[in-house]
Amino acid sequence: MSEMWPAGYVPVLLARISRPDSPAIDGYLADGGYASWKKVLAGIATGEWTPSKVTDLVKASGLRGRGGAGFPCGLKWTFVPPKEKRGNKPVYLLCNADESEPGTFKDRVLIEKDPHQILEGMMLASFALGVRHAYLYIRGEMVHGAEVLNAAVDEAYAKGLLGKNVQGSGLDLDLTIHRGGGAYICGEETALIESLEGKRGHPRIKPPFPAVSGVWASPTVVNNVETLCCVKHILDRGPDWFRTYGRNEKNTGPKLFCISGHVERPGVYEAPMGIPFLELLALAGGVKGGRKLKAVIPGGSSAPMLTAEEVQSMPLDFDGVAAAKSMLGSAAIIVMDETTDIPKAVANISKFYAHESCGQCTPCREGTPWLNKMLKRVVNGQGKRQDLDLLVQVASQMGNGMTICVFSDAAIAPVLSGIAKFRPEFEACLAKAASPDFALTAPSDGTEKVAGRMAEGIHS
Amino acid sequence: MSGGAGTPVSEQAGLPRVGEHGALSAGKAVAFSPKALARFEKLLTRYPTKQAALLPTLWIAQGEFGWISREAVDYVAGLLGLSPAFVWGVTTFYTMYNRAPVGKHLIQFCTSISCHLAGAEEVFAECRKILGDLKPGETSADGRFTVIEVECLAQCDKAPAVMVNDDDFAIITKDNLQKFLGGLR
Repeated sequence: MSEMWPAGYVPVLLARISRPDSPAIDGYLADGGYASWKKVLAGIATGEWTPSKVTDLVKASGLRGRGGAGFPCGLKWTFVPPKEKRGNKPVYLLCNADESEPGTFKDRVLIEKDPHQILEGMMLASFALGVRHAYLYIRGEMVHGAEVLNAAVDEAYAKGLLGKNVQGSGLDLDLTIHRGGGAYICGEETALIESLEGKRGHPRIKPPFPAVSGVWASPTVVNNVETLCCVKHILDRGPDWFRTYGRNEKNTGPKLFCISGHVERPGVYEAPMGIPFLELLALAGGVKGGRKLKAVIPGGSSAPMLTAEEVQSMPLDFDGVAAAKSMLGSAAIIVMDETTDIPKAVANISKFYAHESCGQCTPCREGTPWLNKMLKRVVNGQGKRQDLDLLVQVASQMGNGMTICVFSDAAIAPVLSGIAKFRPEFEACLAKAASPDFALTAPSDGTEKVAGRMAEGIHS
Repeated sequence: MSGGAGTPVSEQAGLPRVGEHGALSAGKAVAFSPKALARFEKLLTRYPTKQAALLPTLWIAQGEFGWISREAVDYVAGLLGLSPAFVWGVTTFYTMYNRAPVGKHLIQFCTSISCHLAGAEEVFAECRKILGDLKPGETSADGRFTVIEVECLAQCDKAPAVMVNDDDFAIITKDNLQKFLGGLR
C-alpha cells in the first residue's frame, strides 16, 4: 500500500493506524498514549495544571474546528459561562462523530483504528471545560465503530483513566458513547443536542448558543472527532509545534483529507494544512485512468463546486478554499473527471438534500424536493427552457438566513454553482428535451413570470 | 419527504400504516429478554433524563424484535414514561429503525455522490433485478433479502459502498455483484 501522506512527512493523526491491533489500549499506552492526560491529572493538586492553561494552549495553537465551519476551537471553549454565572449547571462536552457529509470518511478511520486518541482528546477538553460527563454521538450506520469505541471506553475505565477520582486526582469524569438512528441533520450541533436528548433531530433557533444553553439546558461544547484528536497532540507537543504546520497563522496543524470520486487511490490522506490541491491529487494517484479533471467539490457535497481551472493553484486550507469561493468544510474532496455528467451529479446531490431535510422550515422542506424534481426532469430530457432560471430563482429563496440552520444553504450550493459553472451542459439536456414547452421563449426577467411558471411547474 | 433513498422500508414497499400512532402491528405483545432489560437498566444510568435513552432503547428493541412494531412502540414508551405518539414520532424521524419486518439480509446501497460517480445506481438496479425484480424496500419471496437505497455511508473511498445488516462491504460493482450476493446466501 502506498503511503497516505506526502514523502518525508511524519504523520500525526494517522501515525498509529497501521499498527497491529491499533484500537487496543495496551498498544496506545506503549506508544506514549494518555501521557498528557496523566500529566494534567498529576498537576491538578500542585496547581501546575489548570483548566485555563489547557484552553490557553489550544487557543495559542490556532486550532480551527475540523467539522466543517472552521471556528477557532479555543475561542469556542471560552464561550462557556464561568462558574459564577452558570451556577450549579453542569457543563457537557459532546464529541460530534455523526460523520454524514457526502464524501467524508476521515472520522471513521480515527474511530475504527485509533479510538483512544479521540478519548484522550475528550478527556483533556473535559478538564479544560469543567465537564463531568462527556458524550460521543456516533452516527447510526457506524455499528462497528460504535463497538470499537465502547470497547475503548471500557478499557479506559478499567485502567482508571475514567470514572471516580481519576488517578487519585480528585476529578470525576464519565464518558458515554451514544449511537444515532440515521439522520444527516444530526451533524448540525443543535440537532445533535436534540437527538441526544431523545428527540427528533430538529436544529434549534440560536441564540441561545449551545455554550450557554445546550444539552439539558446546560452549557455545552460540541467538537468534531478530528478536532479533539488535535487537542491531544497539542497537549503532547505544544502549540508552537502545532503552528509549524500550515501556510499561515490562521490555518494551522496537521489535517486529514478525504479524497474520493475519479482518482486512482481514493482514501484518507494526512498532510499539513494548506497542501496545494494538485499535490494532494498527485498523492492520490491523479485522476482515474489519466483522464482530464473537470470539476472538484472541495469540502463535502455542501461546498460549491469548482472547475478544473479554479483549483490549479488552490491551497487546501480554510482560507485557501474560501478564496476560491467555496469551503474546506469537512475536507471531503470529490474529484470528477471529464466523463462526468455534471447535471446528473447535481441532480444526485439534490436528491440527498431533499431526503435529509428535517422538515422544520418551509423554504427547505418544500424547496429541496422541488430542486430535485426539476433537476430530475432536466436530466431526463423532460426539462423546459425556463427550468434553469427557475432552479436559480427557487434556490435563491432558500438561503442566506431564510431557515433555522444552514442545511438549506448547503442544499443550494451545488445547484447554484453547478448551473453557474457548467450551464452549457444543462442547456444541452434541455436541447434534447422533446417537450413542446421548449419552443417557448425564456422569461426575460421579472418575478411575476417566473412565479407563473413556478405555479405551472408545481402542477405538472 | 416521500420516496427516494433511505425511505424506511415500510414506505418504500408501499405498506399501509395502521394503529393510532401509525405503526404496523406485530399481532402480539412484545417484551425485552432479561439480558436486554439489563442492558436497558444500564443505559438509564448514563443520562440525566430517561428520555435521552430513547434512541439506544429503540436499538435494543430492534435487536430484540427485528423491527419497530406498534407493540414495540407502546412497550418502549412504557419503559421510558413517554407517550407512544412521541416515541413513534422519533422513530419515524430516523431512517434506520425498521418500520416493517425486513429480510434476513437488509442490503443497503449507498447512492450518494461518490458512489454515484462509481455507478452505484446501476448496481442497485441490477441487484434488485437479480433478486426477482424487487421494488426498493420489498422483501424477496423467500424472506431472505430486502434491498434499499441509503444516503452516504462514509465509505466514499470504497465506492460503491454497501451495508448488509450491520456489516460494511466495499466496492460492489456489476462485475462482483453475483459473488457478493452468493456470499450472503
